[in-house]
Amino acid sequence: MGKFKRFASLLALGACFLASQTMAAGGATHFEPAKIDPDNIPSLQRGAGNFMNYCSGCHSAQYVRYSTIGKHLELSEEQLIDNLMFNAEKTFDTIKAAMPAEDAARWYGKAPPDLSLMARAKGADYVYNFLKGFYVSDTSPTGVDNVVLAGTSMPHVLWELQGFQDAHFNDHENEDGSVTTTFEGFEALSAGQMDAEEFDAFVRDTVNFLAYIAEPVRSERRTLGVWVIIFLIFFLILAIQLKKAIWKDVK
Amino acid sequence: MARIEAEVGKPQGGLMKWIDDRFPFTKTMKHHVTEYYASKNFNWWFVFGVLAMVVLVIQLLTGIFLTMNYKPAAAEAFASVEYIMRDVEWGWLIRYMHSTGASFFFIVVYLHMFRAMLYGSYKKPRELIWLIGMMIFLVLMAEGFAGYLLPWGQMSYWGAQVIISLFGAIPVVGDALVEIIRGDYSISDITLNRFFALHVIVLPLALIGLIFVHIVALHEVGSNNPDGIDIKKHKDENGVPLDGVPFHPHHTSKDLIGIIVFLMIFSAVVFFAPDMGGMFLEHANFEPANMTATPEHIAPVWYYTPYYAILRAVPDKLWGFILFAMAVVLPVFLPWLDRCRVRSIRYRGWTYKAALTVFVITFVALGWLGLQAATPTYVMLARIFSVLYFAFFLLMPFYTAREKTKPEPDRVVYHG
Repeated sequence: MGKFKRFASLLALGACFLASQTMAAGGATHFEPAKIDPDNIPSLQRGAGNFMNYCSGCHSAQYVRYSTIGKHLELSEEQLIDNLMFNAEKTFDTIKAAMPAEDAARWYGKAPPDLSLMARAKGADYVYNFLKGFYVSDTSPTGVDNVVLAGTSMPHVLWELQGFQDAHFNDHENEDGSVTTTFEGFEALSAGQMDAEEFDAFVRDTVNFLAYIAEPVRSERRTLGVWVIIFLIFFLILAIQLKKAIWKDVK
Repeated sequence: MARIEAEVGKPQGGLMKWIDDRFPFTKTMKHHVTEYYASKNFNWWFVFGVLAMVVLVIQLLTGIFLTMNYKPAAAEAFASVEYIMRDVEWGWLIRYMHSTGASFFFIVVYLHMFRAMLYGSYKKPRELIWLIGMMIFLVLMAEGFAGYLLPWGQMSYWGAQVIISLFGAIPVVGDALVEIIRGDYSISDITLNRFFALHVIVLPLALIGLIFVHIVALHEVGSNNPDGIDIKKHKDENGVPLDGVPFHPHHTSKDLIGIIVFLMIFSAVVFFAPDMGGMFLEHANFEPANMTATPEHIAPVWYYTPYYAILRAVPDKLWGFILFAMAVVLPVFLPWLDRCRVRSIRYRGWTYKAALTVFVITFVALGWLGLQAATPTYVMLARIFSVLYFAFFLLMPFYTAREKTKPEPDRVVYHG
């Protein structure tokens, strides 16, 4: 099933070889919070599955090793090989995209970016809103545009799950005559396999995983940090006693 | 070490005598450590010199281990940092300590400089200590700047682009100078290589040399204190200042408390907020340097932003650069701009107290403005604060000349 979905999405992507190169910024400025939970291992595991099925066809995560994921997400070597490693031989391999980067650059006008650090560079909220922000657009070669990243070359990979939606914009004329366009909201055009709530959870798990691979050591450093601070508190108490003893005769 | 310390000051034979006959070990220890007397009434403002040394050691040690794994090449630099963060054992800790240490170096040094302004530490006979200190500060700015290019992220690249191009505003030699700094027509692999050399050899050597001289000069004239008075006026029969206590063990044991509290704050950042919300590690720097895509908003790291705000406040490129350079260099002249004979703020008049308060607000405001996008409102605010910044220094000879000071005490104020 997973492999089939990946294949289907690859086909969908392949059809979009004329995608535009424009990488204009803008769109929605107020992000819906992603509300990810980095300590939720099942969520991260689901996110890893989502990533391998829907993202890794086009996007690499070149700094991320499967073995690291296995260690932190409590997955055995068999589970890694059976569920995540579609495009890798060894567990210490890094995540490569199924699609060659040169072809991708030719088809889309721009090679899909590596996702190792995307959530850290852009923020989890950005990625969450981006993945939910595709809307139908007649002017785009992919048939969709995005409220977060206008003119994106990325097609609506999750259309099967979310369905298609329309976006409503409102133009305000400013005092100086310039026009500001603000995003008002979405309107569903067709239903996907998931309802809105399920889809939100799906995207949240995926973003959670993306945030995890952006800094795999996060949970380790926080755990260690608690011990370091506790040690320093004891050290501080001793140091205060030492100072008092040494200074007791100073008047 | 315990044995050595226990025997310092006693007549001795054996190994210590053998060494002392050939090298002034005991003499140096006495002069700089066990019989270096500093006032007993130091408050916590006087801890930042020692903390700067602690941060220096953190930076040197973590820097050595980073150098063992980092690749100073445009094609590999970004990936090698991620290799350190993910694959090198404890590499993440070393790297976060180094990146956090850079910001803390500036926090500590800014507070150290502010202490000098509070208690007149730059005044006679400590002018030279202040001058050397300012040189340390300038080298530190260069060191931080060179180091920031090394991760080869978007902000490394474009931040360096903006700052290096400033030198192009200098008439006649500007363009040539920019080319010499970059070693190329744009920031490239060559620039990265030479910045690496500057960051790991040239500037650290200069830094250590200057810090050595800073301390030698300090120990020659003695440390200032919160009352800003000379503790050497009252000595006992052995020539020991009555209000002084030896650096070791008294001040070292007190400094240890300060060091531990500092390490707690430092660790809180390293382990719980290493990016500090994009202030210590900017978000855009998690994208590799891309010379064809300019980031929407380029801001230098926070410790340069007060000066950057002044630069942006000036519409003309050359004058912007001149005022920027002046803002950095002006504090050098503090010992001569300040005409008041009283050192400590405790006994100074309201004019200096007011001026210093406004200056602190100005510096923080400029730092904040330098981080924001240059909207017309913010540029106007930056102009107002720039004027206040320069007014603090340039008007100082006037507002400090006839200050209504309070009488200084004969002995330091100490409550035990």
